[in-house]
Amino acid sequence: MFTIPTDCRYTKTHEWVRLDDDGAFTIGITDHAQELLGDVVFVELPNVDAELRAGDEAGVIESVKAASDLYAPLAGQIIAVNELLDEQPDLINQDAYGGGWIFRMKALSPDDWQDLLDASDYQQLISGED
Amino acid sequence: MLIFQRSVEGRVALGQWVDGDLDLSDLPEAGLRQTKAVLPEVSELQVVRHYTGLSQRNFGIDTHFYPLGSCTMKYNPRGVHEMAMQPQWLSRHPLSAVDDHQSFLKILFELQQYLSDITGMPGVSLTPMAGSQGEFVGVAMIKAYHDANNDTERTEMIVPTAAHGTNPASAVMCGYTVKEIPTGSDGNIDVDQLREMVGPKTAGIMLTNPSTLGIFSRRIKDVSAIIHEAGGLLYYDGANLNAILGKVRPGDMGFDVMHLNLHKTFATPHGGGGPGAGPVAVADRLKPYLPIPTVVFENEKYRWTTKNDSPDSIGRLSCFMGNAAILLRAYLYIRLLGRKGLTRVADFATLNANYIMKRLQQAGFECAFPDRRASHEFVISFKKEKKQWGVSAMDIAKRLLDYGCHAPTTYFPLSIPECFLIEPTETESKQELDHFIDALIKIRGESETDPELVKTSPHTCVVKRLDDVKAVRELNLTWKPTIND
Repeated sequence: MFTIPTDCRYTKTHEWVRLDDDGAFTIGITDHAQELLGDVVFVELPNVDAELRAGDEAGVIESVKAASDLYAPLAGQIIAVNELLDEQPDLINQDAYGGGWIFRMKALSPDDWQDLLDASDYQQLISGED
Repeated sequence: MLIFQRSVEGRVALGQWVDGDLDLSDLPEAGLRQTKAVLPEVSELQVVRHYTGLSQRNFGIDTHFYPLGSCTMKYNPRGVHEMAMQPQWLSRHPLSAVDDHQSFLKILFELQQYLSDITGMPGVSLTPMAGSQGEFVGVAMIKAYHDANNDTERTEMIVPTAAHGTNPASAVMCGYTVKEIPTGSDGNIDVDQLREMVGPKTAGIMLTNPSTLGIFSRRIKDVSAIIHEAGGLLYYDGANLNAILGKVRPGDMGFDVMHLNLHKTFATPHGGGGPGAGPVAVADRLKPYLPIPTVVFENEKYRWTTKNDSPDSIGRLSCFMGNAAILLRAYLYIRLLGRKGLTRVADFATLNANYIMKRLQQAGFECAFPDRRASHEFVISFKKEKKQWGVSAMDIAKRLLDYGCHAPTTYFPLSIPECFLIEPTETESKQELDHFIDALIKIRGESETDPELVKTSPHTCVVKRLDDVKAVRELNLTWKPTIND
């Protein structure tokens, strides 16, 4: 069974999105996604300050099995990226919701976060895939 | 062990030494090496043992069944190789006078004609030196065509989600934006969605038919009509041509341009990164853009074409005619099999794939598209096995090595979880196919009763599980010997 924290929101493309105390959002890929990908070997991070629309490509995750695009879950600006992933991409496998975070962004309309999938919606989505 | 590690200073293989003294007096001083050459110093027998030993560790088509889906690992007839190794071919030089190599030019000219006939496309250029280069050439010609029509707003190339990764890569190399189209549950691309996707920005679509899922797209005529009506062109990836040889031609399906992987369909050597050949074939409207040189027959003579013959050519991809020795082998293979033989290739490639698929289905394996007949390859998924016993497609792939079978392609296409793409090719006997099927059935049993056995496999190979992550992150192909000057 995969971990799906209830304090996050989710996308159909398997990103998790957490609302932080400062009102910005932290984004990573879900436990389910890292399990499907297998050992992650490279992460192409977005540029800090980049302005993205929801659904825009925000980076690439490459595993021993496949290369897979990472998408911005919300419209907004990238304010930080997890540079540790350059040297330790396997943090995504080890700690998908913690040390394996990928980027942080400031959303144009933070309320859109509420419209993303909640934990039970996401649970349903991935059990549908099985 | 590397051959350098067997080296002992001063050891030589005199049996291979040149007769007499070498006269180097006409070499320019500046060109002479100042330091000792870094070469292994070993005896002849050591060389023989070293390379024979390496070849014995190899898991290849000469030793094992090799059903690597999408790669068409068929047998290369030894006779073709023997004919291609005749001295009259080996001693050819492309810069010798055209009158002196009419025979080789004739072969290339006829190969152009054969490939044109097989693909249903009037124009052929043999020069691209790999399938990937052929793809690049194909998309570059589509671009040249749109540019020549001042149709420069066409920036999008449509590619199915199940396509080979090289397709979107080639499109991007030529400056296009890739638009992905999903595959429906029946394995066909979604024609209704395609109709909505196309428009004035559509440069074309890149497809293979049968697809990478091993399914022949029944609505290919609809697809080509939609793309052509929108002003785009259709690119055919020749990766799966083996399935349809002599049965249906990409040109007749409505495709405008394609590449052929000679190593897949026409049994030239595979792998090792080459030497390869990826000829391209085109419909009339793309003929002016074909790469040069091609070979033409004029005034009872064969000759190379130049930029004067094709001023709109996209240019050269290789010196002369690419890997001519590979082209020669494809020519000989086609001549050896003939028109009927090539059609039988498709018959048996398809029969073998369907035989394995049916038996696996009967044994309880889950096919990705159980209602569709396989083309020359098909997809099975081990999702159930993974869930029940924790045994992944990769574990089963590794265990197959213990049973003397190379693993099929794993985890591709990406859209099917825990999958194998199985392609037996036409060159395997029923006994080999049965051995493979029985091995898979046994492994499935082991997965239930002793999953650890499968998860820790292979147990019989020289090399066990490799560290995939280290291999990718610390790729180091250079070994430097310590040099004593």
